[in-house]
Amino acid sequence: MGTLTQERAPIYEALERFRRMRIVPFDVPGHKHGRGNPELVKLLGSQCVSIDVNSMKPLDNLCHPISVIKEAEELAAEAFGASHAFLMVGGTTSSVQSMILSCCKQGDKIILPRNVHRSVINALVLCGAKPVYVNPDVDVPLGISLGMKVSQIREAIKNNPDAVAVFVNNPTYYGICSDLRAIVSMAHEYGMKVLVDEAHGTHFYFGDDMPVTAMAAGADMASVSMHKSGGSLTQSSFLLIGPGVNAGYVRQIINLTQTTSGSYLLLSSLDISRRNLALRGREAFGRVVDLAEYAREEINQIGGYYAFSKEKINHDSIYDFDTTKLSVHTLEIGLAGIEVYDILRDEYDIQIEFGDLGNILAYLSIGDRRQEVERLVSALSEVKRRYQKDKTGMLSQEYISPIVAATPQESFYAKKESLPIKETRGRICSEFVMCYPPGIPILAPGERITDKIIDYIVYAKEKGCSMTGPEDEHIERLNVMKEA
Amino acid sequence: MDMWFNDEHTDDVKLSIRIDSQLFSASSEVQRIDVLDSKEFGKVLVVDGDITLTEKDEFIYHEMITHVPMAVHPDVKQVLVIGGGDGGVVRELIKYDEIEQIDVVEIDPLLVEVCRKYIPEIACSRNDSRVTIYHEDGLRFIRSKSDAYDLIIIDSPNPFGAGEGLFTKEFYGNCYNALHEDGIMINQNESPFYAEEAFQCQRMHRRILETFPICRVYQAHIPSYPSGHWLFGFASKKYHPLNDLDSVAWKLKGIRTRYYAPKLHVGVFALPIYVEELLKDVEE
Repeated sequence: MGTLTQERAPIYEALERFRRMRIVPFDVPGHKHGRGNPELVKLLGSQCVSIDVNSMKPLDNLCHPISVIKEAEELAAEAFGASHAFLMVGGTTSSVQSMILSCCKQGDKIILPRNVHRSVINALVLCGAKPVYVNPDVDVPLGISLGMKVSQIREAIKNNPDAVAVFVNNPTYYGICSDLRAIVSMAHEYGMKVLVDEAHGTHFYFGDDMPVTAMAAGADMASVSMHKSGGSLTQSSFLLIGPGVNAGYVRQIINLTQTTSGSYLLLSSLDISRRNLALRGREAFGRVVDLAEYAREEINQIGGYYAFSKEKINHDSIYDFDTTKLSVHTLEIGLAGIEVYDILRDEYDIQIEFGDLGNILAYLSIGDRRQEVERLVSALSEVKRRYQKDKTGMLSQEYISPIVAATPQESFYAKKESLPIKETRGRICSEFVMCYPPGIPILAPGERITDKIIDYIVYAKEKGCSMTGPEDEHIERLNVMKEA
Repeated sequence: MDMWFNDEHTDDVKLSIRIDSQLFSASSEVQRIDVLDSKEFGKVLVVDGDITLTEKDEFIYHEMITHVPMAVHPDVKQVLVIGGGDGGVVRELIKYDEIEQIDVVEIDPLLVEVCRKYIPEIACSRNDSRVTIYHEDGLRFIRSKSDAYDLIIIDSPNPFGAGEGLFTKEFYGNCYNALHEDGIMINQNESPFYAEEAFQCQRMHRRILETFPICRVYQAHIPSYPSGHWLFGFASKKYHPLNDLDSVAWKLKGIRTRYYAPKLHVGVFALPIYVEELLKDVEE
């Protein structure tokens, strides 16, 4: 076996040993190394289906790791500088929910920015905690929500000394970082835990000159989307904890909702990707940064577009900027980000991560090459040449401060009625409405519906944003709490 | 000694050429380059395992991609060649005294160097003072050009390799923008015969149709290329490939060719029915 170093990948190695043993499977999964489902083998390849196996002694068990999964967790913890790392197979959604369920109980207060991922408020629906929202700062010309101001968090903590945790998005989808160290020291002074949604910051742990990581800043828990910038398979993720958190209790919380049939494809992809980043992450992310810098220079040379970067740093709500993120402001050429997003896909066969009302985000990662970046830049120059129009009448993304009238749990489970969206003004919403991606709710359960919100939803739908959340799939009706 | 080079035309079809010797083999940053010598085809330039040209039939490709637009456009002064690191297109272009400027954008310096050394018969003409070679990504080079050329020739070998970006709609749009108001763009348009290439053929044709007002396809017979039946695209802002052909003027220039002739020019735009249908599919 040898000593446990970052060169090792215990789960991957166990799967290799398992393959050589040619074990006869009289257990699940029923496709039996693919033999029972030749079409699946044709799609995925026999290599892939042959390691789609069940938990067993030589491969350990995700619900209660004692051997190879435990070793993989230890290596991950070391690589990320955490006290403990959990391998997660329910997406970063499940990591985020486990953070909240580990810290909050019914009636507890949690301080958080409103521009969180839906998974955060979902967890509040489940556990019954009360959100105390800190309005994020907003960059008005760009129309994006920024990080949290230290002064606002201090105020929220002072006004709610009984809160149990502070939740931070770091970085945001657009690459904006908050002052994590300051937030941690304030929160810890009041005995509050700090939970960080680090879904878009995996590379901070491996690259040079990156913004500070949650673990290095002393945060208590962090959710890391290994499958985003880290290169593992979709749906795989890490949950990291610091020294002040009880690993055994967190494991119990995870097991409340996580599958007992954790996929070995996902687990081994986490294991291998962790090894890759630990050994080669620095060079790989160095190349990503160079590529993103190059793309920004070229895009800004086209004119009209604004690919922003570190010049936006203001030492507070933009404490730092993740330069691997390629966010481009498009409103000046008279096109909404979502329109550019659609044109790029429909006309130029280029799929980017998302477009909102004023910006697009192209996700660059360890798999990108210069030649594809050239295509993106050239396509953007063509989009400008062919589609540029007057920008009057274009709505910029706006942060709408929520009016919280009930907790997410109360309103979600309350008696409700379905109304056409335009007739919901003044009512309390009992479901989510969001654009996807980025999956940040426009309305969350328990929030009062205003004209501004209705206008926003109608405009976003009109511009072609993909809306999700409500029971009504066409988003023409909303569920609201029944009035007494 | 029995040495054969296989060029896989599809997963199930290949062309085998008996090789006398391998003259060169190395990988650059972008691709692997081999030069082989053969009895039947003479020297063979192979890029990433596919034949790019052979000494025996390269003249067909290079004449047809060059002289067709040159016989239509009445006054070509500035020409841009994208790809073309082997020098064949330039060799044809410098036959025209009226051309003042020939810019060649070839991403791979090794390709140029290798061709100069091993197939100088094709590459020699680069010493002409009108020619400038830029070792840059074609997509990047053309992005900043506007109203700069009379003729753009896209001499890029493969829609799946390093040159993939040169088969895209954004590239054709950038080319449109880089041409003068009466400019012409010629591209090698793959073969209509095997399914995979036929699909690429349609895709290219559609993308160019969406970009240029005049868009026609013509053909040539190139034995060393998959199926031997090869297409070129003629995209133009103003001149029609047949109505604006000036045979007399071209003949007066006294240019010596072995494949191209004004009479043939008229014929090559008449396509087999199955090719017409293939193209019509995307024209609607």
